[in-house]
Amino acid sequence: MQLFRSHVLVCGGTGCTSSNSEAIMSELNQNLVKNQLDSEVKVVQTGCFGLCEEGPIMVIYPEGTMYCRVDVKDVPEIVEEHLLKGRLVTRLLEASSQVQEDNQDIEQSSFFKKQLRVALRNCGRINPEEIDEYIAFDGYKALAKALSEMTPVEVIQTIKDSGLRGRGGGGFPTGTKWDFAAQQVNDEKYVCCNADEGDPGAFMDRSVLEGDPHSVIEAMTIAGYAIGATHGFVYVRAEYPIAVHRLQIAIDQAREYGLLGENILDTGFKFDLEIRLGAGAFVCGEETALMTSIEGKRGEPRVRPPFPAVKGLWQKPTILNNVETFANIPEILLKGSEWFASMGTEKSKGTKVFAVGGKINNTGLVEIPMGTTLREVIYEIGGGIPNGKKFKAAQTGGPSGGCIPASHIDTPIDYESLIELGAMMGSGGLIVMDEDTCMVDIAKFFLEFTVDESCGKCTPCRLGTRRMKDILEKITLGKGVMSDIDELETLARDIKASSLCALGQTAPNPVLSTLRYFRDEYEAHIRDKKCPAGSCKALLAYEIIEEKCKNCGLCLKNCPVSAITGNKKEKIPFVIDPTLCIKCGVCFEKCPVDAIKK
Amino acid sequence: MKTIAELEAIRQKTLKEVGMRTDNDSIRVVVGMATCGIAAGARPVMQAFLTEIQKRDIHNVTVTATGCIGVCSLEPIVDIIDKDGTKVTYVNMTPEKVAKVVLDHLANGKVCSEYTLKENQ
Amino acid sequence: MNANASGCMENDERIHLVIDIVAKHKNSKGALIPILHEVQGLYGYLPVEAQEIIAKEMNVPISEVFGVISFYSFFSLNPKGKHRVSICMGTACYVKGSGPILDKLKETLEIGVGETTADGEFTLEDCRCLGACGLAPVLTINGKVFGRLTKDDIPVIIEGCKTEDGGIVQ
Repeated sequence: MQLFRSHVLVCGGTGCTSSNSEAIMSELNQNLVKNQLDSEVKVVQTGCFGLCEEGPIMVIYPEGTMYCRVDVKDVPEIVEEHLLKGRLVTRLLEASSQVQEDNQDIEQSSFFKKQLRVALRNCGRINPEEIDEYIAFDGYKALAKALSEMTPVEVIQTIKDSGLRGRGGGGFPTGTKWDFAAQQVNDEKYVCCNADEGDPGAFMDRSVLEGDPHSVIEAMTIAGYAIGATHGFVYVRAEYPIAVHRLQIAIDQAREYGLLGENILDTGFKFDLEIRLGAGAFVCGEETALMTSIEGKRGEPRVRPPFPAVKGLWQKPTILNNVETFANIPEILLKGSEWFASMGTEKSKGTKVFAVGGKINNTGLVEIPMGTTLREVIYEIGGGIPNGKKFKAAQTGGPSGGCIPASHIDTPIDYESLIELGAMMGSGGLIVMDEDTCMVDIAKFFLEFTVDESCGKCTPCRLGTRRMKDILEKITLGKGVMSDIDELETLARDIKASSLCALGQTAPNPVLSTLRYFRDEYEAHIRDKKCPAGSCKALLAYEIIEEKCKNCGLCLKNCPVSAITGNKKEKIPFVIDPTLCIKCGVCFEKCPVDAIKK
Repeated sequence: MKTIAELEAIRQKTLKEVGMRTDNDSIRVVVGMATCGIAAGARPVMQAFLTEIQKRDIHNVTVTATGCIGVCSLEPIVDIIDKDGTKVTYVNMTPEKVAKVVLDHLANGKVCSEYTLKENQ
Repeated sequence: MNANASGCMENDERIHLVIDIVAKHKNSKGALIPILHEVQGLYGYLPVEAQEIIAKEMNVPISEVFGVISFYSFFSLNPKGKHRVSICMGTACYVKGSGPILDKLKETLEIGVGETTADGEFTLEDCRCLGACGLAPVLTINGKVFGRLTKDDIPVIIEGCKTEDGGIVQ
């Protein structure tokens, strides 16, 4: 083994790979050779650092300097200045943080300071394709401890005591679930990992699989030991090619080291894993549908009980946890249940990863202790709302969830508080919306999603959601009547009450939640035929403010349908003919003096 | 198949390489690598540190480059900063001197006073 | 069932590959979906002839094979265009304006979502979150990602595909 004085970590997560981090790696390697630094500096491809907004990201150790939005043509400068001469390339430092030259450590930047990385502990720190690097940071130590020092009952008790709850949406206590399955007597049991991350806007599970796949393998093996299973399945979305690739490499390496297979760590325990690819059906994130899909059938949910812990995959006792839940397990076994339970709130222990996106400066993945307030997430970690706009609401829980309006921004985030607000934890997508986002339109967006993804088994979900979507569409087109709101509420109640699985039971939530906090917006669409956010095209009317207009004629020149009249020379004021206007917004965009209002 | 003991051995070995990526309280060897330092021979000095540290299997030491330290006539200059923050500055370094500094200072905690800035001003 | 897959496949050697794929997975539990993934990788879609072979080799009714294919959006019964343009309709992209970009794509390509242009060059798809939310709004063309898009980028990107130089817009 060679000792390198410096490690350059380049993010190889999906976000940064999309913005060309592969090319940056190869340019780095070439420049290191050119400067004869290749024996002193090592280039490492890692998983996601979390600050996707600023990608591609590069971190240089031992200093811990983080460079953001690195371009291929910045690489020679980084090599010659930073790596050869030890001088910072200040223009590439994280822009939003107040880092000083003598304090450039990424841990100190505003984005990372408030975070507490447990599930993401290795993401952006290790090379996910090198099992040795995982082992160096205490990888497989928890498995060794479980197999050599603990009984299955003790493992389950530790998980129970930690207070860990399912991170995939429902928040069911993980230890209790394991206990149910452990108590079943059967010749065959299964451990399944739900990596069918379907909530649009949530990508933490993908990041864990891409950045730290061994943590999931280790945890599933521990789960197998705890409940008495010898076989496991990881059900991954086919849309995540990098995650699938790295997970397969990790499984192969674990087999090679005897950490999967027969007689693991010479303890006589055997366990093995297989990857199963999803095929683009959101409903397969529901546990019974997921198992039906692994069985090779149409992924339709089935009635519970019997619960999967009793009769799951191929009618055998099965536990199913999501990726983030599993990623917490090794740390809990190593550091103890009290350590884990010391973080978070009374009923929600530990940390939670959120994928923060939408109208926010620092889009990315953040892991925070439960009980952190939304304000801290948005303004301190997330860097606030771009372009000086006002925060309107945050949407959590995806198509099953709801929104948290600005008036509740100081609520500590945990399972219970979100439910109380009519939202839910879900898998952790957190989409920030500003004053330009129309809440009726957002509700319609989620209903369109559910209509597409309803598996069709239950009529209320299949047809009811379609009716709700039609009504919402009518409202956004300005054709709504006041009784539509009542009808939405009736439909919502019926669909919730009569659907078999969580998809249908939660599908009306985005409508109910926006009605709860933004009823006035619905009413404005219906009664005043106005969209307060200026987003619903059919309800927009563009108008030129005469006092502001400088008669430059740019709007007239750009209007594609000649709906604007006026004359610069003869000083005839410019006006828009609403009967001709197609509301394309070009005049609004082109006006140099903001004289056009919508 | 690996045993638990073999797993621990892999952990120890790899940690030496990747340990720098965590917050650790290591000793820092800082080599002045501005243009003047490089011209005076800082590159072979840096490489000598890496070889010697590896040869003697010393842990918790990081080697980094820094810009101009400011006393160009005494380059190559190397600062060794201890865990408690005390700094010793070695001047006019050569690869030969590095071997002694690594052995005395890094391995055995004794400052090589004959090469320090104090003695050579 | 499928107009594009005419009966010209008897001489197609891929049929043997389909048989091999089925043989490889047949004995593992829940093999149908992994088989469909691999066969789709072979053809780019799932022609009815391949479905027939899969059904025969697995000894299940073809209705079962078809039922599974039609359930999952990832499986396709029709051939795709040379360039698969896929616009992300995840929440983050939607909030940042992927709707108007989709409109622009429809206008530029003169097709709707799920359709292929008459010359077989482009297929327009919408997809769920790609997870590249930092680059929102995002689209991919044959897996290559184009991020931080505005409406005006669309004609440039599409032209770029036609001239085969990629038309990089970041």
